[in-house]
Amino acid sequence: MTQPHAAPETPAAGIPGGTALALTPVDELQRHLTARLAGAARAWLDQALDEAAAHPGIHGPISVWELRLAEAGRRCGSDHADAARVLILHAAHADMDALTRVYSQGTAAERRAVLHALPHLLPGPDALPLVEDALRTNDTRLLAAAVGPYAARHLTPHHWRHAVLKCLFTGVPVAEVADLERRAHADAELARMLGDYAAERTAAGRPVPQDLHRVLALTEPGPPRHSAADPHGKES
Amino acid sequence: MRIFDPHIHMTSRTTDDYQAMHAAGVRAVVEPSFWLGQPRTSPATFLDYFDSLLGWEPFRAAQYGIAHHCTLALNPKEANDPRCVPVLDELPRYLVKDQVVAVGEIGYDSMTPAEDTALAAQLQLAADHELPALVHTPHRDKLAGLRRTLDVVRESALPPERVLVDHLNETTVKEAKDSGCWLGFSVYPETKMDEQRMVAILQQYGPEQVLVNSAADWGRSDPLKTRKVADLMLAEGFTQDDVDRVLWRNPVAFYGLSGRLVLDVAETEATTHEGNSILRGGE
Repeated sequence: MTQPHAAPETPAAGIPGGTALALTPVDELQRHLTARLAGAARAWLDQALDEAAAHPGIHGPISVWELRLAEAGRRCGSDHADAARVLILHAAHADMDALTRVYSQGTAAERRAVLHALPHLLPGPDALPLVEDALRTNDTRLLAAAVGPYAARHLTPHHWRHAVLKCLFTGVPVAEVADLERRAHADAELARMLGDYAAERTAAGRPVPQDLHRVLALTEPGPPRHSAADPHGKES
Repeated sequence: MRIFDPHIHMTSRTTDDYQAMHAAGVRAVVEPSFWLGQPRTSPATFLDYFDSLLGWEPFRAAQYGIAHHCTLALNPKEANDPRCVPVLDELPRYLVKDQVVAVGEIGYDSMTPAEDTALAAQLQLAADHELPALVHTPHRDKLAGLRRTLDVVRESALPPERVLVDHLNETTVKEAKDSGCWLGFSVYPETKMDEQRMVAILQQYGPEQVLVNSAADWGRSDPLKTRKVADLMLAEGFTQDDVDRVLWRNPVAFYGLSGRLVLDVAETEATTHEGNSILRGGE
């Protein structure tokens, strides 16, 4: 399986992608994106954000901002589409109903944007069904987007442990898992699951993923090796 | 050799096929929505299918370095089932999606009034969404079906240079070419076209506006037929440039009419993936 693109180590450094889209403040994301878009794409995005702000919410079978969300890839280019979509969702003040509609009617790229936008838009756990839907898929791009800061904040321990294990199964780098260090710390059940998985791989004569050892080390009790105050919630 | 299969139903194929296709040179596919073999009974099952063509299938293709786009429509056969027809009302919100490069496959199956209505309505949808159209020609009563298809195209808002008529053969190629439409040929193990007849048609009519596809699906079909046609073209004296034109540049030009074709896929495990694109080709 191909590995999905890894997020940059520092979200604000390169072009934001992966978990960085969920961690970077929206105004910073917008500055970053507009500085990188060519003239026509930048004008399109400015207009799309203005329209979304002027007519937020759901209107008829498809709102104008939902149309913009759908065409963001061909307007901004695939490298910038995820960020553009997060900004449009934010400008439209997408609430739970709107996010659910966009997710359920969206392409994989639109679904990914909804997942990245969740921590920017919703304080509570209402959107967990969307995260859990993404975690049921085998699309590594969706899985990587599902294990961002919203999942770190709200997923139940059982679902969160299975999400980590699924990353190991499907080859999503655990660097994508937001707040991994804090949630894995002293998690004896996660340690058991990782140990069992390693034993199963070994019994089959297959290699144990390097990331498994990395997570296993984080599950040890005692004082954490690093401060959990990392503003981006990413381990080094 | 780079190959673009402009009509293949990957939903019905295994992941091993993607691997074999990549090894044969396939770097891009278009998957038209079609009849799944088992009749559908509601619009909801179309929506799950469309979602798959916009989600899971492009992901699966990308694992093997193949760019995946789709064409969406109510297919000719199920246009006759009133339980399915309401999906036409759902199509507009799908036709705006980034990876949709045409309306299709539309056209005739049994040439009924219901098929007339669905074909005309969907040609209009294509015009409304600035998309080209992929038009299937019927397997039974083919020449009459082609003529009726071209009549409906002429009466539509879509100019012929934005229409691909597919599943052509020796009996329909001339009238299709005279219409100004793009010409599609499906190469199958037993039915439709075969490699030898395909090369003979290319020798007689030339490579202009011609697209060759495997149309591989759940039936007896072969996803490597595009490569086999390319190999026979070379053996019969066509140049590498002719092959590239028929099997890459023509499909890029036709589906490029949508303005949505992105022939840019992350590399597979064989090489680095970060920021590396293998295909910025085409015209």
